[in-house]
Amino acid sequence: MATFKDFRNNVKPNWCPGCGDFSVQAAIQKAAANVGLEPEEVAIITGIGCSGRLSGYVNSYGVHGIHGRSLPLAQGVKMANKDLTVIASGGDGDGYAIGMGHTIHALRRNMNMTYIVMDNQIYGLTKGQTSPSSAQGFVTKSTPKGNIEQNVAPLELALSSGATFVAQGFSSDIKGLTKMIEDAINHDGFSFVNVFSPCVTYNKVNTYDWFKENLTSIEEIEDFDTTDKQKATQKVLEYNSLLKGIVYQDAETPSYESQIEEMNGTPLAKQDLHIDEAQFEALTKQFV
Amino acid sequence: MKSQVSWKVGGQQGEGIESTGEIFATAMNRKGYYLYGYRHFSSRIKGGHTNNKIRVSTTPVHAISDDLDILIAFDQETIELNHQEMREDSVIIADSKAKPEKPEDCRAQLIDLPFTATAKELGTALMKNMVAVGATCAIMDFDISDFETLITNMFTKKGDKVVEMNIEALNEGYRLMQEQLTTVDGDFVLEETKGDPHLYMIGNDAIGLGALSAGSRFMAAYPITPASEIMEYMIENLPKVGGTVVQTEDEIAAANMAIGSNYAGVRSFTASAGPGLSLMMEAIGLSGMTETPFVVINTQRGGPSTGLPTKQEQSDLMQMIYGTHGDIPKIVVAPTDAEDAFYLTMEAFNLAEMYQCPVIILSDLQLSLGKQTVEKLDYSKIEINRGEIIQSDIEREEDDKSYFRRYALTESGVSPRPIPGVKGGIHHVTGVEHNEEGKTSEAADNRQQQMDKRMRKTEHLLIQDPVEIDAENEVADILYLGFISTKGAIQEGKVRLEEEGLKVNHLQIRQLHPFPSESIQKEVDKASKVVVVEHNYQGQLASILKMNVNLGDKLINQTKYDGTPFLPREIETKGLEIAKEIKELV
Repeated sequence: MATFKDFRNNVKPNWCPGCGDFSVQAAIQKAAANVGLEPEEVAIITGIGCSGRLSGYVNSYGVHGIHGRSLPLAQGVKMANKDLTVIASGGDGDGYAIGMGHTIHALRRNMNMTYIVMDNQIYGLTKGQTSPSSAQGFVTKSTPKGNIEQNVAPLELALSSGATFVAQGFSSDIKGLTKMIEDAINHDGFSFVNVFSPCVTYNKVNTYDWFKENLTSIEEIEDFDTTDKQKATQKVLEYNSLLKGIVYQDAETPSYESQIEEMNGTPLAKQDLHIDEAQFEALTKQFV
Repeated sequence: MKSQVSWKVGGQQGEGIESTGEIFATAMNRKGYYLYGYRHFSSRIKGGHTNNKIRVSTTPVHAISDDLDILIAFDQETIELNHQEMREDSVIIADSKAKPEKPEDCRAQLIDLPFTATAKELGTALMKNMVAVGATCAIMDFDISDFETLITNMFTKKGDKVVEMNIEALNEGYRLMQEQLTTVDGDFVLEETKGDPHLYMIGNDAIGLGALSAGSRFMAAYPITPASEIMEYMIENLPKVGGTVVQTEDEIAAANMAIGSNYAGVRSFTASAGPGLSLMMEAIGLSGMTETPFVVINTQRGGPSTGLPTKQEQSDLMQMIYGTHGDIPKIVVAPTDAEDAFYLTMEAFNLAEMYQCPVIILSDLQLSLGKQTVEKLDYSKIEINRGEIIQSDIEREEDDKSYFRRYALTESGVSPRPIPGVKGGIHHVTGVEHNEEGKTSEAADNRQQQMDKRMRKTEHLLIQDPVEIDAENEVADILYLGFISTKGAIQEGKVRLEEEGLKVNHLQIRQLHPFPSESIQKEVDKASKVVVVEHNYQGQLASILKMNVNLGDKLINQTKYDGTPFLPREIETKGLEIAKEIKELV
């Protein structure tokens, strides 16, 4: 059986020292091993940005696609081979700006895969512009007088888009994050995991310390019912989304692919491509 | 007796005009006639003039006819808009309800029959179409029982009563027309055929069937005119072979999803039209850069922007060849009719996997939606070649954890491609420049090697028949060059010009990129003039030709961009003008 070391390769990440993304990478590697996966059974599909490089740093199959499109690419992989464990990931710019449309549709489509957003509330790779998840008033290169736009609220967004698994992690808590990703992988449906993954270079506001001070662990909230969407939504609003843990899980709703008869047998990628002559005759007969 | 008749039905959109044409054409097809259809429609669901023109012939036809023999008109507008195509011996059969009148300059004869009134009397005004089909049977002297069988099959699901009512409407239309036959001057009776029915399908159906036969088991697509029928065909038929379709949120998702599933080992594709292809350009670049097979179908329509969404045009050629930033290997092919669309689509799926690059199948609205006769499709020609794909585990030394060299520098440029799930095949795939293992690399020498590797894959590529050749003349006055649906009009124009004593050759280009320069240069050299026929303003095909072939001063552009397909007459007229100029020069 593979250990987390088997998910390591010899590529040195180009992230800044102290970047939150290191923890996310480690958590994915550990979670994959903990749930009993072999490296070749995993496909990590990433977008563009600092975090998008992650697919190149894990010893598994992986595609580093185009900006904002990791989700459609990942869903294509899942449709082709439902036996693969598919993990899509990227940053807040990738998922909540350019790729926001796909995020909402992937949430409501509910394919059995995991989406991890490394949310640092800033554009890092382009050197410090505002992001859709930057708070109002946040000063960046592109918002010198402070951000005047409302920030997106990923947890609220996921809940209202029909998500069946909504969680929020924090890079400082690798243990918690690992367990969260394990649960996400094990969830039969689309698992959405927003991870506060601080940018140590360009975000001097939402720092490790800031999150430590402001995040509340769901486990510490007494009356939190993660199976009740209404109550979960209320808590998200009450805590202004600054929560850590699994916010909501709906184990009842079937995944997209499980509802398609043709997807219940051999994965599409392993099917015989040939049709027999009788089948062909029947197909052409429609046109007589 | 005639060897061909042109029939058209027109009225308001949403009135069942299309189904009237469908019934007529299906019956003609079953009798063994060759058909070619043209649908005039607008980008709305109800209202607005629409018509369905069907050419019926005892010999193969691939173009719309210049003129019209029979016009079934449900309103006055249909008469006003279509009588120009008619001769003295043509006939308009109009619904009395519309109080039809002959326009002043109308040459055709006009008969009015109570289509709607009769239908209402028999049960419902909806059946006016059936009354009109009955009238058509009478004037063309068809055995009405063939139509009865067809109607029975069509309406069986709706119950005996509906079948009975429709057959009654058909017979009443037949009777009404027969009473008037003596007042009609003209021959509308077709010669018999051998009676072998052919296939009758739109290009989009042929593309769908081709994809399915090629082993495609997944499609991701977003609805758009005139491509949606491909998705609809796949939704109906893919489950029969264990495949499925996802209707995505947009074309960007469609392209990426198709690329993702190709990466994971399924032959998958998407289909769209101009606006969708514009959105897909970045994904096409990803496919080229990551060497992931990807088949895209572009059913061209009138551009730019939303343009003429329901009209014919061929103005995406430049974008299909040069679109997407940076240099990528890419293949662009163009079927010449529905039959060809079936075979070329199958070939496209092989090309995509053999060369590991995007393959664009370039269709146009007239090919995609023009319903036409297709000869029996040959099952034995289905061949599946998956190139360098690796689907079984690769044996490796236990301690060998290095990445598989997915982008190994090979002589052909094509490298082995293990799909996810294969043990020993792990590698990385990225749109960033990468080394042989797929790891990102910006090193200058690596960049050059990888770029050279990718580009040499298709540099000398020639598909089985890059050009459809109809060029018997060793010395020709005119060489016609066209692509996609212009084939039929050029073929017929050519025949007529040859009757005038001209020597005419014709090439319909099937491989547009990389350009098959040699086979075309050879034919260009034999001709005095080269006429490039295409549906766009700029003469895009002519430009591509100029870049690849030495034309001297032979080039003559024949462009059309009013949204309607070329007619044989237009080719003939311009051809005669050119001939005159050639003679004057001599």
